[in-house]
Amino acid sequence: MHGLTNRAIQCFVTDSYGASKWVECAQMADLGFIDFESMLIYPDQMTQDILNAASAVLERPRVDLMEDIGTYLVSHTNTEALRRLLRFGGVTFVEFLHSLDDLPGRTHLAVPDLDMPQIELLDHSESQFSLVCKSPVEGFGNVMMGILRAMADDYGVLALLEHTGSGQGVETISINLVVTEFSAGRSFDLGARVG
Amino acid sequence: MSAAQAMERVLDVLCPMHLALDATGHIAHVGPTLRKLRPDVELVGQRFLEVFMLKRPRAIKSVNDLRASSGMKLHLQMRDDPQTELKGLLIDGMDEHRSIINLSFGFSVVEAVGEYGLTSADFSSTDLTIEMLYLIEAKSAAMEASRKLNQRLQGAKIAAEEQAFTDTLTGLKNRRAMDHVLARHLEWDRQFALMHLDLDYFKDVNDSMGHAAGDHVLQTVARVMVEETRDSDTVARVGGDEFVILLPDIRDQESLIGIGRRIIKRLEVPIAFQGQECRISASIGTVFHEPDSGYSAEQLFDDADVALYASKHAGRAQQTFYSPSLRNDARNTAPPTGRELPKSA
Repeated sequence: MHGLTNRAIQCFVTDSYGASKWVECAQMADLGFIDFESMLIYPDQMTQDILNAASAVLERPRVDLMEDIGTYLVSHTNTEALRRLLRFGGVTFVEFLHSLDDLPGRTHLAVPDLDMPQIELLDHSESQFSLVCKSPVEGFGNVMMGILRAMADDYGVLALLEHTGSGQGVETISINLVVTEFSAGRSFDLGARVG
Repeated sequence: MSAAQAMERVLDVLCPMHLALDATGHIAHVGPTLRKLRPDVELVGQRFLEVFMLKRPRAIKSVNDLRASSGMKLHLQMRDDPQTELKGLLIDGMDEHRSIINLSFGFSVVEAVGEYGLTSADFSSTDLTIEMLYLIEAKSAAMEASRKLNQRLQGAKIAAEEQAFTDTLTGLKNRRAMDHVLARHLEWDRQFALMHLDLDYFKDVNDSMGHAAGDHVLQTVARVMVEETRDSDTVARVGGDEFVILLPDIRDQESLIGIGRRIIKRLEVPIAFQGQECRISASIGTVFHEPDSGYSAEQLFDDADVALYASKHAGRAQQTFYSPSLRNDARNTAPPTGRELPKSA
């Protein structure tokens, strides 16, 4: 698994629960080191081990933990760069949803060896969608739930999300847009770059 | 709606940064995004070349030149602040009196987007500008992560090298480090002195009181030598009880005699270890390196050895400066036998 993925888990634990909790996780997962490097590749099993360890240390069920990670990735000040990159996907939340199909391609432009899970958006009506995620990491759909929830807030949209099942590496999320201009959301200024 | 107006509406969507010129070189129409560059100024009606400075091709001086440049790549800059640079392409319009110039930001896009508060909606959806801005941010973030990794690796490399150049027992430099420092000084052709110091009676301490006592003595010796030399000097432990000190910019034999005397005197003060006293001394051989001498590291070490052996033969606990005449005594060109035996033996 790419170091960026593992590093994201580490940053989530450190920023949300403190550095000492992360050390506990790293020790429990028996990584043999404390810090993941963003730009190195690690064995896939390590990601599973660290997620299991984090679930135990933080006393959060795995699915909740995954969703928390997704929310963190978009809403924490330390991950503002990522929120901006996602906002490039579209001017509206619906445009953003449609841009998710391109996410693996977009990611490859920036980091060629980072393989993102395959995501496919199905639109059933103007306000009803499902997102199909194919990932080797179980619970990736929950991460996407967290991301979508936070991005809906970001766009000022009220959306109801539901994880409607998983199996054979495929997870599905149903998305129901209730109000498209629910709140002002957060601003996205093309020119404002993250230092 | 006239054909020209219909054309403008199409171009406003496809090329929101275009403008139309009339036959006299005045601006006749401005696309919606281009208008955002000068929201408080009415561009329509102004002479194009008074608003935009043509940087290249340089030969273009007049409207007629400009109109003749159809199909060529233009480099432009806005004349008043902010003096944004633009790329342009002029083509003949639908009717012969009009020309269309399409503009784009080129490399100034990042500044321009911030400067003029542009949004995705200001670019045609087939325009790759937004993708490029995305890519710039994504690549910068990835580059930053790589840069941090490189920094950490660099730090680890320095720490590893530091260890590889340090004698772990005494904290002094080791033989490898001394070889590097000496080679560097020879490369620079600097003036310096090289002191080769060998402990006297150290083997006795080791044999009779054990290695722990020996280690303690070596650590004490190291501290004394560091204290008695300058920060700019390099002190290295090059063997079990052998040390080399490289002292740059020191021509004065008197001060070296002083340094040698102080080191020997302090080393002769009995060193306490677990209630016992360790007694040692030191012999020193010193050689000067003068610029342009063409001496190699081996020759310098060899000369220092000869001077050191001379100190041993002369009864230890002293410093000898190298001179070629020392080589006349055959005893000085080979290590003394039983060099670790006490004087009385």
